[in-house]
Amino acid sequence: MRATLLRLEGLTKAYPGVVANDDVSFQIAEGQVHALLGENGAGKSTLVKMIYGLVQPDKGQMTLRGQPFAPSQPSEARRNGVAMVFQHFSLFDALDVAENVALGMENPPPLRDLAARIRSVSEEYGLPLDPSRLVGELSAGERQRVEIVRCLLQEPKLLIMDEPTSVLTPQEVEILFRTLRQLSAEGTAILYISHKLEEIRALCDEATILRGGKKVATCDPRQKSASELAELMVGQVLTPPEKPPRPMGDVVLQVENLSLRSNNPFGTSLKDISFSLRAGEVLGIAGVAGNGQDELLLMLSGELLAPSAQVTLKGLPVGHLGPNARRQIGLASAPEERLGHAAAPDMSLTENALLSGVARKGLARRGFIDWPGTERFAQEVITRFDVRTPGTHVLARALSGGNLQKFVIGREIELNPDVIVVNQPTWGVDASAAATIRQALLDLAGKGAGVVVISQDLDELLEVADSFAALNEGRLSRVRPAKGLTVEEIGLMMGGAGDMHVAHEASA
Amino acid sequence: MIRLEKRKEPSKFWRIANPFLAVLLTMLAGGIMFAMLGKDPITAIRLIFFDPIFSDTFGSYSRPQLLIKSAPLILIAVGLAIGFKANIWNIGAEGQYIMGALFGAGVALAFFPQPGWYIFPLMIIAGAFGGFLWAMIPAILKTRFNTNEILVSLLLVYVAERILAAMSLGLMRNPDIPGFPGSRDLRRYEAAYNSELIANTGIHWGVVAALIAVIFAYVMMTRHMLGYHVRLAGQAPRAARFGGVTPARLVVVCLGISGALAGLAGMFEVSGPGGQVRIEFASGYGFTAIIVAFLGRLNPVGIVLAGLLLGLTYIGGELGQMMLQLPSASIQVFQGMLLFFLLALDFQTNFRLRLTKGARA
Amino acid sequence: MILGSINPAVLMAALMVAATPLLLAAIGELVVEKSGVLNLGVEGMMIMGAVTGFMIAVNTGSPLVGFVGAALGGMVLALLFAFLTQALMTNHVASGLALTLFGLGLSALLGQKYVGITPPRTPKLDLGPLSDIPFLGRALFSHDIVVYLTIALVAAVWWFLKYSRAGMILRAVGENHDAAHALGYHVKRVRVLAILFGGACAGLGGAYLSLIRVTQWTEGMTVGAGWIALALVVFASWRPWRAMAGAYLFGGIVVLQLNLQAAGVRIPVEYLSMSPYLITILVLVLISSGKARGSLNAPGSLNRPFHASS
Repeated sequence: MRATLLRLEGLTKAYPGVVANDDVSFQIAEGQVHALLGENGAGKSTLVKMIYGLVQPDKGQMTLRGQPFAPSQPSEARRNGVAMVFQHFSLFDALDVAENVALGMENPPPLRDLAARIRSVSEEYGLPLDPSRLVGELSAGERQRVEIVRCLLQEPKLLIMDEPTSVLTPQEVEILFRTLRQLSAEGTAILYISHKLEEIRALCDEATILRGGKKVATCDPRQKSASELAELMVGQVLTPPEKPPRPMGDVVLQVENLSLRSNNPFGTSLKDISFSLRAGEVLGIAGVAGNGQDELLLMLSGELLAPSAQVTLKGLPVGHLGPNARRQIGLASAPEERLGHAAAPDMSLTENALLSGVARKGLARRGFIDWPGTERFAQEVITRFDVRTPGTHVLARALSGGNLQKFVIGREIELNPDVIVVNQPTWGVDASAAATIRQALLDLAGKGAGVVVISQDLDELLEVADSFAALNEGRLSRVRPAKGLTVEEIGLMMGGAGDMHVAHEASA
Repeated sequence: MIRLEKRKEPSKFWRIANPFLAVLLTMLAGGIMFAMLGKDPITAIRLIFFDPIFSDTFGSYSRPQLLIKSAPLILIAVGLAIGFKANIWNIGAEGQYIMGALFGAGVALAFFPQPGWYIFPLMIIAGAFGGFLWAMIPAILKTRFNTNEILVSLLLVYVAERILAAMSLGLMRNPDIPGFPGSRDLRRYEAAYNSELIANTGIHWGVVAALIAVIFAYVMMTRHMLGYHVRLAGQAPRAARFGGVTPARLVVVCLGISGALAGLAGMFEVSGPGGQVRIEFASGYGFTAIIVAFLGRLNPVGIVLAGLLLGLTYIGGELGQMMLQLPSASIQVFQGMLLFFLLALDFQTNFRLRLTKGARA
Repeated sequence: MILGSINPAVLMAALMVAATPLLLAAIGELVVEKSGVLNLGVEGMMIMGAVTGFMIAVNTGSPLVGFVGAALGGMVLALLFAFLTQALMTNHVASGLALTLFGLGLSALLGQKYVGITPPRTPKLDLGPLSDIPFLGRALFSHDIVVYLTIALVAAVWWFLKYSRAGMILRAVGENHDAAHALGYHVKRVRVLAILFGGACAGLGGAYLSLIRVTQWTEGMTVGAGWIALALVVFASWRPWRAMAGAYLFGGIVVLQLNLQAAGVRIPVEYLSMSPYLITILVLVLISSGKARGSLNAPGSLNRPFHASS
């Protein structure tokens, strides 16, 4: 039995209106890989923020190696050997790798020495990095390496990792797991936060499961099946969406040899994209974050304009048309960022219904808005998609992620489009809302619409897609039937090697 | 410990109450300022805020002045507020005001001394066009070269002031009175005179225009897609693109509207209360209108109230100078304080103060 | 020949004097913007510095004490801005404008008894034999100490931002305040300090105008210098040495324009005197249209309000 490193006793943290953590206790042994499992909103983030000193608990205490541990700020946690790899928000695009590393350290050596140490540590753990590059120019996987190396340089006793694999290809995940196992063998404990069950079963020695802020169980994940873990996490048995067989119709959307510069200096430009989509087809597009997903959606929705003939919708050239003109022809879209892109945070649901509804629902005559009609439309979306809200007057930002996402996707589906393009439709959404959204997309395809689902969640894509492609550095792989694809093949496609692999097979 | 906590929805109560509270706090702080200047604070405050309307002695003179001073403020502020809502910051209305006046007066002086009913309407068009043109400079630079419209519109104020000086001394100088800067007095040229429409009310064409602008803006902002797009672009630019808004077009529209309205204000001023093109013609309406826009919550109806209030401070300031020898700058300080207090109070609209027990565990 | 009557050494010397107030204000604002805050109140802080520096110098007889007072005057106004934007999370643009309008009014009020007075003279720095070098002596080595200290300040800011840990933290806060907060840095504290530094610099710039360049106090005497300083920061793409180059270039234009006026060129004074503003606009256009480089350098969190949600 290994010695206990960190013990949490009765940690409680309440925010106005929600209890984020309610009396949570568990312990982590030295060198252990401990999973913290739970749905979005289960309280995982708040818990680790308390351990890392970003938030102070209302009640309860922690001990680290038997000593009381109550960090009042991250630097105190870091001094005590606690390091954290964030899912978002902790790198600086315009600063170089060495500076980014230095900012996460308590007493960084001079930058020149630091660069040398970054090189040696990154090679030791199989995470190659160039200290002088600007972080903004790195890929998502490389950015994560910066975060990990930053932590490793401080020789932590406990490494907290928040959803680390969401930005990695399956092959990169393997490399990461090798690194983590090496660390564990050297005695570093790892607190691994995820909602991906298979990963946890592959990596972790022990798992603590949170639901609604409370601890539900601590168990050995290797002794449980994925569905048992899922049930503990969600609290109910979820039925996977139905995917009735359906006939494929004519081509409704076609993109030909399209290259397009990103409008963002750190964005990814699209390179020579070609694909076609038929009525009734669900095309899944995989890819690690930052490989051109945003740009692809903007190009399809009409927010980024393209040469007119290279994008055709129902046979019409639409590349030069803006979003509303494309909506009128029959294309709806739902971008990844719910608050701020798909919906305006400080506007009511009625006002947000107008955002894309105006073009297809006739909600404005000669520019004058039909507010009662718009409100009816908003109410329809709310009722049909079970959006939990006190009414249409509520501001978008007051809704939970899942409810707002249901509203946004529901609004687009209610437009009865012939083609719908969605990016990350269930990102950060609770399991039941995610199931509703996927089912709605499949139903729409069943009615004969073409559906493009861009997602970083492979499980989701395999669940809904008929055909499959991957984005890598702005290039789209060849589209292949989803049936029979293995995770390895998908991984190669995501890494940009999929086509070569196929070509190799063909020539052999 | 006190913590700021973001409200789920902005408080409607504080949105409306804050401007009134800000006025009260400004009176209080202003009173202290006057006391420090060795004036009787109560007399001074009364002179500025009450006497122009209620006093028997000054009322008959200053009541009509209220609309004369407020109309340009309201006219300019209504236009600015539309831009501010969209996060397009035209702070050079003063320059557009000057250019409107020069264009309007230019038309009048070109026709002098001919009579003709069409001269005044032509001046109106020219005034709006002058302001519009001046506002198009930052608009086009912004859309073509991504140049910051705040800096450009403001720098153009200084350019306009110098054009005004050059015109007063050169091209538009009254040839009948050599040696003196300044143009002919348009009040003495009937075809161009923006006269009082109803005697002793201060109502001239500018007041009518302000009223029309307020109604127009109100309808546009609440009922029309253009107003919706303006609000959308200000709150969530990415959502606006998703909704089909072309940012460049919006920049041109917002700067164009505010420029044209500021130009109109200048034209009505130069052909009426101002009377002539001269070096000191611009009196800061373009800047004060920024305060009016904020104090009126960027809402057309609110702007009417705010415009009347700030118009009052102009008249009150003049009274104060006359009666108590209050320095003219004190009114500027007053207006600045008003904006400060309003901004400071506004945190209550979006945040709630919450007392927490020593939360460190 | 008109241009022939202008002595290049004198022109160069005058250029450095004309550039110094702009450079002071610009270098302060550069640090503020690097921390992610846009303070449009530079004009207001400058004129407050101009009036407080002038008043204090006149009353104490010491320009040095005047400059210290000017820095404090600018800082008081900056503190107000910091309180509004950082504690009460007000809109940066509106708060900056309020600062300018308020500063213009308050300075006029404070300075009304000081119009027409001559302030104590600030001595030229005695650089011994350096001043006797032909041409260069007159052009470069015949100035008051503030001119040289300003150049030293540019160097210090450059070093601070590039090499010091505090400077790195400041850049990090300006680049991505959420990340900086997640790593445990005090976003607001850093920004308040930057804003105060900006206020002090703007105040010094204002005092340089009233005490050395113009040597008198008049209402609204900054005539847009604060706005030009803001434009200089954009021109400089947030780099200290480029801000200096910009300020000197600009100073050159101002001086040349004044010289042309004095030389009696047949262009009305009004048109000549609008040239600094027009050239600022032109420069803004040139720098902004070369999109990629300039905007890459802009701090990522510039002008985005920060409220820690956790």
